[in-house]
Amino acid sequence: MDQASPFVSTPRRDIQAGLRDIAPVAVAALPIGLLFGAIAAAKGMSTLEVTLMSALVFAGGAQFAAIETWISPAPIVTLAFATLLINARHVLMGASLTPKVRMSRAQTLLAYFFLTDEAWALSERRALERPVTGAYWLAMAVVLWANWTLSSTIGAILGSFLGDPERIGADFAFTALFIGLVAGFGKSRVTLVTVAVSAGLAALVHYFIGAPWHVASGALAGIAAAYLAAPEEARS
Amino acid sequence: MNLDTTTLIAILAMAAVTYFTRIAGLFVADRLVLTGRAKAAFDAIPPAVLVAVIAPTALTTGWAEAIAAAITAVAAFRLPLLGTVAVGVVAVVVLRNLI
Repeated sequence: MDQASPFVSTPRRDIQAGLRDIAPVAVAALPIGLLFGAIAAAKGMSTLEVTLMSALVFAGGAQFAAIETWISPAPIVTLAFATLLINARHVLMGASLTPKVRMSRAQTLLAYFFLTDEAWALSERRALERPVTGAYWLAMAVVLWANWTLSSTIGAILGSFLGDPERIGADFAFTALFIGLVAGFGKSRVTLVTVAVSAGLAALVHYFIGAPWHVASGALAGIAAAYLAAPEEARS
Repeated sequence: MNLDTTTLIAILAMAAVTYFTRIAGLFVADRLVLTGRAKAAFDAIPPAVLVAVIAPTALTTGWAEAIAAAITAVAAFRLPLLGTVAVGVVAVVVLRNLI
């Protein structure tokens, strides 16, 4: 935090603050990007395809889900639908952040290409004290985007030397990663019901009908279960 | 450096959908106030999708994967993300050799 004149923000200061806030996040995301690239390469994607996906989609959860269910040729509609479901949370994040950013509408449209869980969370925290400027946002966005694109590209290059992913358990890394991500949503009763229903139905659909139908059916069942499990008059 | 056409279209579709979700909030900023069950359902979307993706691998592949998934779940509430991944990977390699 800036000590002197806390309410005067200069672009230079905002850039420094953005870099300082995003640094630990970038360090933590580095091995995740390497992992993504390596497994994507093992699933048959070329290095160029991995680079393009990370640069253009820039959404870890959706990319991991796409790679986990990756078959060739790529099921376009299924991938787009799964991406929509996973990234629907962005709508709420954008709605919440928009009144707090000091950017024009055109600048915001450009800036929100870089909207991530991490940049959003850090911006919401900063917004408690001062408006989020374009300089602050851009400093975080560029670092995180370059970090993700580069690390997954390097992972894809190294991954082609790994050989059979099953031998070193790398095929299970996704499953473990997703379990870790799901745990981050806590152990509330609604979350546990959601997880149980989604897992159960997805496994059954996959077993009796097959991929990729288990993703949408399991997810929708889990969402419906959350709706029913939540108290009717719950306050947000 | 090859680029499959179908893969490229899939990537572009994912990118377009993702960008749409990122800017959609800009246009509903003052109108989207979810409460109660609707909010619970919306909040449940990420875990529901993530679990549905991995359920076949975790539950119906074999005993090694199922047990490793349970061990990973226990670790997930105690370790940071990378530690959780490490525990899961080691567990599955060991279990595959035992079972």
